[in-house]
Amino acid sequence: MALVTRGFTGRRRSGPPGRLPPGQHDVGRDFPVLTAGPVPHTKLDRWDFRVDGHVDEVRGWNWREFQALPHEQITVDIHCVTSWSKFDTHWTGVRVDRLLEHVQTAAEYLVAFSDGGYTTNLPLADVLDGKAWIVDGYDGRPLLAEHGGPARLLVPHLYFWKSAKWVRGLTLTLADQPGFWEKFGYHEYGDPWKEQRYAGD
Amino acid sequence: MEGTAVRGRLTWQVATVVAATWETPQTKRIRFALPDWPGHSAGQHVDVRLTAEDGYTAQRSYSIASPPEVPEVELVVERLADGEVSPFLTGELRADDLIELRGPIGGWFVWPEHTDAPVQLIAGGSGVVPFLAMLAHQRLTAASTPVRLLYSVRSDTEIIGRPELAPRPDLDVTYTFTRAAPDGWTGPTGRIGEALLAAHAVPVAHRPHVLVCGPTAFVEAVSRGLLDLGHDPARIKTERYGGMGETP
Repeated sequence: MALVTRGFTGRRRSGPPGRLPPGQHDVGRDFPVLTAGPVPHTKLDRWDFRVDGHVDEVRGWNWREFQALPHEQITVDIHCVTSWSKFDTHWTGVRVDRLLEHVQTAAEYLVAFSDGGYTTNLPLADVLDGKAWIVDGYDGRPLLAEHGGPARLLVPHLYFWKSAKWVRGLTLTLADQPGFWEKFGYHEYGDPWKEQRYAGD
Repeated sequence: MEGTAVRGRLTWQVATVVAATWETPQTKRIRFALPDWPGHSAGQHVDVRLTAEDGYTAQRSYSIASPPEVPEVELVVERLADGEVSPFLTGELRADDLIELRGPIGGWFVWPEHTDAPVQLIAGGSGVVPFLAMLAHQRLTAASTPVRLLYSVRSDTEIIGRPELAPRPDLDVTYTFTRAAPDGWTGPTGRIGEALLAAHAVPVAHRPHVLVCGPTAFVEAVSRGLLDLGHDPARIKTERYGGMGETP
C-alpha cells in the first residue's frame, strides 16, 4: 500500500470505466507532444518505408506505393509513460501484417527507426495479428508532423513511446536491442497495464 | 543519438518536504530530503506520486531544479489552473509532509559534459527549471564550457530561478519579455524567433550544443528558427510539456 499523501483527494479524471491503466489520467481533448529533438519535415517524394535486418529480402515502399496499400480506420486508447491517456483516438493506416506478410524471417524482435535518429524496440509478435499499424491519418486528416507525420508507428497496447513518430522502417532482429529511450532506462517492453515504465518495473 | 545505459530498478522513496516557498506568484520551489538518492545528472526529472485515503493515485513528472552536487532535491512546480497534481503541490504541500518520489529519470536532455563546444540554453516560462540544475552544476564544477541562456518569460515577476541566474562572469543571460517588460527595459521583447536567435544566441559557426525547453508551441517556434538559421538538428535537444490544443 502506497503512502497516503496528507490532504490529497484528487480530481479523478479517469475516463470510461475499466479503460484507464494504473497511474494514468485522462487528458481529455488535449493531445500532448513530447519529442527529443526538432520535428523532422521529410518531403513525401523522398519518403520511403523499409523492412530490413534479418529478412530473406529487404522490402521497400515509396509514398505512392504505401498509399496504394489497403488502409483501415482504427479507434484506440493511447497511454503515454508521462501519465496521460487519451481515449478513442481515430487513426487511418496500414496494418504492419501487410508489410510483413511475405517476409521470411527467424527474427523475434524488431527495431523501428525514424527520421531524426529515434529508435524503439519491440517483440515481433507485438506488431502482428492486427496489433500495430503504420498510420498516416489522424481524425480524418493527414497526420501532422508534430504528431509524427507523414507516418508513425501505432502500437496502442504499449506505452506511446513505442509508437515511433516519423517512422521510416522496421529492422527485424534475432535478439532484443534497446532503442533510444530504452537505453536511458525506460522499460524494454512497456505494458501500461503492468505499469512497465522504467527498467525493472 | 547514442545513449548511456542506465540500469537498475527505480523504486519509490518517501521524501520529506524540507521547505516549500513561492518562487513566483504561480510557482513554488519545493526542497525534498530523500533517504536514498542515487544522484542525478543536471536536466533529469523525477516522478511524483500522490495517494488519496481511498488508494486513488496520481503521478506526474517534474524536472529537477537542483544540481547533482547538493544532497537535497529541489523541484520548481508551476500551478496549472486545471491541473490535478500541481495545485496540490503548490497549494497544499508544506514542510515536514511526506511524499512519494522516484528517479532520476531521463538522461537525454542533460548538461553536455566533456565538450569544448559552447552551450546555448533556450527556455520558455517554467521550461527554465532543468536549466537551473545545469547552471548550478556548471558553477559548482567551475566548468569552463561557455554557456548562454535565452529566457522568454511573460513578465519580470514570473522569472523563475533568480538565484541561479544572478549575474556572474561565466554566464550570459538574455531575457525577452513577451507580455510586459520592466520599466526602462531596453533589451529584447516578444517571442523568440529567427531574428532574436540571430541577435542573442551562440552563432551557428561556433557549433553550439542547443537545449530548448518550454511549452510545445514555444519549442516548435524556436526549433524552426534554429533550423532556418542553419543549426545542426543533431545538436539540438528539446524537452516539451503541454498539448497542441484540441486539433492535433
